Amino acid sequence: MSESTPMAPGTSDTLLNPAPPLPPSPGSRPGKAEKPASLWSDAWHDLRRRPLFIGSSIMIVILVVMAIFPSLFSSVDPTQATTCQLATARQPPSAMHWFGKDNLGCDTFARTIYGARVSIVVGITATIVTALVGGLLGLIAGFAGGGTDTLLSRVTEIFFAIPAILGALLILSVFDTGNMWTVTLALSVLAWPMIFRIMRAAVITTKSQDYVVAARALGAGKSRIMFRHILPNAVTPVIVISMINLGMFISAEAALSFLGVGIRSPEISWGVMIADARPRFLEAPSPLLFPAAFLSITVLAFIMLGDAVRDALDPKLR
Amino acid sequence: MKKTAADVLPTEGGLGNEPLLAVDDLHVEFTTRQGVVKAVNGVSYDLRAGETLAVLGESGSGKSVTAQAIMGILDMPPARIPKGAIRFRGTDLLKLSEEARAQIRGQRVAMIFQDALSALNPVFTVGWQIGEMFRVHRGMSRKDAQKRAVELMDRVRIPAARQRVHDFPHQFSGGMRQRIMIAMSIALDPEVLIADEPTTALDVTVQAQIMELLAELQRESNMGLILITHDLGVVADVADKIAVMYGGRIVENAQVHDVYRAPAHPYSKGLLESIPRVDLKGHELYAIKGLPPNLLDMPPGCAFNPRCPYRQDNCVSSEPPLYEINSTRSSACHYWREVLDGSHG
Repeated sequence: MSESTPMAPGTSDTLLNPAPPLPPSPGSRPGKAEKPASLWSDAWHDLRRRPLFIGSSIMIVILVVMAIFPSLFSSVDPTQATTCQLATARQPPSAMHWFGKDNLGCDTFARTIYGARVSIVVGITATIVTALVGGLLGLIAGFAGGGTDTLLSRVTEIFFAIPAILGALLILSVFDTGNMWTVTLALSVLAWPMIFRIMRAAVITTKSQDYVVAARALGAGKSRIMFRHILPNAVTPVIVISMINLGMFISAEAALSFLGVGIRSPEISWGVMIADARPRFLEAPSPLLFPAAFLSITVLAFIMLGDAVRDALDPKLR
Repeated sequence: MKKTAADVLPTEGGLGNEPLLAVDDLHVEFTTRQGVVKAVNGVSYDLRAGETLAVLGESGSGKSVTAQAIMGILDMPPARIPKGAIRFRGTDLLKLSEEARAQIRGQRVAMIFQDALSALNPVFTVGWQIGEMFRVHRGMSRKDAQKRAVELMDRVRIPAARQRVHDFPHQFSGGMRQRIMIAMSIALDPEVLIADEPTTALDVTVQAQIMELLAELQRESNMGLILITHDLGVVADVADKIAVMYGGRIVENAQVHDVYRAPAHPYSKGLLESIPRVDLKGHELYAIKGLPPNLLDMPPGCAFNPRCPYRQDNCVSSEPPLYEINSTRSSACHYWREVLDGSHG
């Protein structure tokens, strides 16, 4: 068959001049039958062999399982007040209580495990909300241009002008519930303009590509061009930034909870735990250090994942 | 009920002795920061069913802009069409609504582009993209559309179409990609096909194959073909008539063999003489002196006068109209007689 080397970059037309099978170039993978490779399957192929991706994925999978089924990791349920014994407060780590006990005599290990849920839920929800809102508005602004673009761009600039921590403090003091949904709301409200800008820029670049003009010339309608031809080609940077943002959201949640405006006891979150342990840190460092370490590792894992995905999706970095 | 192209325009009739597509005194200008660029200044040509018109000219001559105006894919603004008409089966396309024009694009008038790699969407398989024509305009199911895509790929002679329908654009060679672009454009049997430099990005042997394919598809379906190119070599075998453009105007209209035998405009003559010839090996290759005109600052009179060996004073003072030489031929040169004679001797 004349098409045995579909990846061959040669321009010879294989109809009348059947090209002899080219020797495998360094880029091609000889032997194996080539599967049709789209950007995504290519990226997946590339990702699977990246240590950065493997490492961060394993960590994230563990954290997600921890968030869904915390009882798998800890036999103690720290949401039950009966598991805390004030008499044993600030016990150092031991074989029974690996991370020691906190100021109220609760098991730090169990609380750290249960605290993962808030971080993961806030991070993932805020990421999805910002990607949807910012992405959709960015798509509309970039595609429509003109007055629509000007209006939406000015609105996002107003949001950019708000200092993030002040904005969050304001929103959280207005909606004073102390649960994770208001924290998610505050983070989403402040972060969507960033996604908007990235999406808008990508759409404007994609819009002038020949294949979009060609799709128009062959009769594709506006919404078809927008969602079928532009969106799939412009969504990559949004995916990458969203993954990195996810880590940022988790650390922002901890910061707000530490400041006392985010999540509050009796809900368990790493930020709350760090705040609670701070006054007696020198006496009993473990109730602060362990949730802080989990927090850092989680944020790191998501940022590493975002990095790995960016490298895989950006052919220029290969 | 979904509106189809047939609702917008009659599929038959309205022709009589009229051409299928007639561009009449078309003007296109672009508003830029530096001023108004007059890209097309009064272009007229017509095309009959089964006929091939070659539009020849260098970059910036307005040949592609004219085609984009016919397709209705100019971005307006910055583009503007202050004057002119584009009649398709007697109906002025410029007076139709955007919705009606979208129905005509792809179904009645289709276009293929110079660089098929960038004109195909990189994230979808070629089968999906060819099939899209049938799903969008004919409401076919995914499966039927895929089947038609394979048939079309066979029709444009892509080997192993049944397997390759699942491949992505970057997995094809340049010639094969252009075949896919052609398959997409002829999917809905358009009456007019505009090919904007379809072979410029390809190597010479493949160019000939693609031109052959286009000519053959045209014979089968009797569509009108507008072939935009800057390459005289491509034109000779396939075109019936030729329109040479310079500085946004048509400078010569003629049957192809007339131009090759004896050009009637100094610019056409210059183009012909700048083709390398084996029998003149060792001689210096002729090149038209000077540069194409700056569309922001056109020379007075004839746009070609600064580069023209036939220039006289009135070339600067008065813009030559399109002189009719005979029923099939015209030239926008005050001295077309001299040019015609000179090319014999």
